[in-house]
Amino acid sequence: MNQFFHSVTLDKDKCMGCTNCIKRCPTEAIRVRGGKARIISERCIDCGECIRVCPHHAKKAKSDSLDMIQNFKYKIALPAPTLYGQFNNLDDIDIVLTGLKDIGFDEVFEVSRSAELVSEVTRKLMQEGKLEKPVISSACPAVVRLIRVRFPDLCSHVLQLNSPMETAARIAKREAMKKTGLPRSQIGAFFITPCPAKVTAIRMPISCKKSEVDGAIAISEIFAKLAAAMENLKTVEPLARSGIIGVGWASSGGESSALLNDKYLAADGIENVIRVLEELEDEKIRELNFIELNACSGGCVGGVLCVENAYVAKARLQRLRRYLPVSQNHIDGRIPGGMKWQKNLLFTPVLKLSDDMNEALRMMAEIDEICEELPGLDCGSCGAPTCRALAEDIVRGFAKKNQCIFIMRKEIKNVADALSSMGTFPLLSDEEEKKS
Amino acid sequence: MNNTLSFDYIVPGDDFTRAGEASSDVKHKLKQIGYDPDAIRRVAIAMYEGEINMVIHAGGGKAHVEISPEKIEMILADHGPGIRDIDLAMREGYSTAPDNVRALGFGAGMGMSNMKKCSDTMEIDTKVGKGTTLHMTVLAKKKQ
Ligand code: SF4
Ligand code: SF4
Repeated sequence: MNQFFHSVTLDKDKCMGCTNCIKRCPTEAIRVRGGKARIISERCIDCGECIRVCPHHAKKAKSDSLDMIQNFKYKIALPAPTLYGQFNNLDDIDIVLTGLKDIGFDEVFEVSRSAELVSEVTRKLMQEGKLEKPVISSACPAVVRLIRVRFPDLCSHVLQLNSPMETAARIAKREAMKKTGLPRSQIGAFFITPCPAKVTAIRMPISCKKSEVDGAIAISEIFAKLAAAMENLKTVEPLARSGIIGVGWASSGGESSALLNDKYLAADGIENVIRVLEELEDEKIRELNFIELNACSGGCVGGVLCVENAYVAKARLQRLRRYLPVSQNHIDGRIPGGMKWQKNLLFTPVLKLSDDMNEALRMMAEIDEICEELPGLDCGSCGAPTCRALAEDIVRGFAKKNQCIFIMRKEIKNVADALSSMGTFPLLSDEEEKKS
Repeated sequence: MNNTLSFDYIVPGDDFTRAGEASSDVKHKLKQIGYDPDAIRRVAIAMYEGEINMVIHAGGGKAHVEISPEKIEMILADHGPGIRDIDLAMREGYSTAPDNVRALGFGAGMGMSNMKKCSDTMEIDTKVGKGTTLHMTVLAKKKQ
């Protein structure tokens, strides 16, 4: 039964059980058992944090290979704006877009184009006052998943508009059908992705029943081939049709500034994101209209499937944007129904101890008791991220107390004491021996 | 068996960076227990305001929290200066926070009235010069 698809997976052979990853996982989804890391599927939000920190490259992201596009007659590339920041000395986005056509795509539809539409619709909805404030961006799928498992009260604040990636696929396919006369089934749309969370968002979408995106190819996967193609282009086609607003989405703060509203906050990096969500939940953050949160530091330019340093990529994008118009994509009139979510964001309490509250209270009491016994060093040697997490695992029935090396040492000492004291009993005299 | 869990916290005085630790710990526990999100939110806000008040006015104090399937009780006790005029303190927008504290963005007067709004019952026992004890409950069922 595979209820959860995850892009982030573990290569058991490479894992050394070093426990580096368990501490950094924002949902405490990793345990080391039997010398190997294991991901607790229902908790993982595919943020890719563990890929970033694993010194042995044992954590990896499943994405699609370029060969996959051959399954379709007409192939559309959907490049994330982050892609443009990966190349040195680039002064024309058309070179990247033409390069994509050169490596096998029939058509290119920039995700930054649909980002401009999403920004426009968001502005509209906010003006109409129909959204619960502060509105939380839904662009980063890892953040949406984090809210879904940890912040029940904030679910209703999440902007229920499809991501630029999803919107791009819908528009691009519709245009391609008109242009080629091919049926939808023969047209493939492929996102060029900076992160594993987007791969998961395609395979297991939260916002709709089925994603229109047919595959996600990592930026790192096509980088070399694309860079080579870009160097040897004979002509450059004028394909780019987005502006500062759309391309800006690649870095943290870009989506917010596209709203032309100054009551916003933009936070990036998963730990900072959690801090902001906690404070939002407690209503310590007031008087804001919009909150943009990106799990990776720097925003999508910091995604683990990028090849370039996030800060360098950001600087390059800033330079590129200078030559662009503000925005080139607009909706005329009504908000297209296809841009809205088909499903509501439902809280999924994966961290809950039990469905029965009495039982949960009993378990909580037991956890506290066990915590008292544990050393509180959070050393990770037991394979759980903290002593409290081990106590939880014990109560849930997934671990034993003597997995804690301090408790084990105490147990060993007790046994050793018992053993050594055995030798110190006075010997029985011959008579006593006879009696017994 | 009477299924009630209780927790005690020390709220340190004059340390804004640590104010809120107790309420956020309680919040995490309630989530794990599977409490109603609305009740969790109200507890988190009421208790945080209480903690901040203790830090601003009373140099810290103690928090005692009891969680049962029916309700959450919070008792916040300090040995601070006490409240002279409770009615005034309850008024929205009222604050006696010193200027240096207000400059930090706290004590804007949300405190007491906000606590009252979030809790289902609230009792204040205060003696000038002796201290204040605040007793709040939040029912598991939504406030109608
Ligand atoms: S960081 Fe995690 S996945 Fe990587 S080797 Fe260490 S335990 Fe294994
Ligand atoms: S991808 Fe993120 S949530 Fe999933 S196991 Fe790795 S660190 Fe944890």
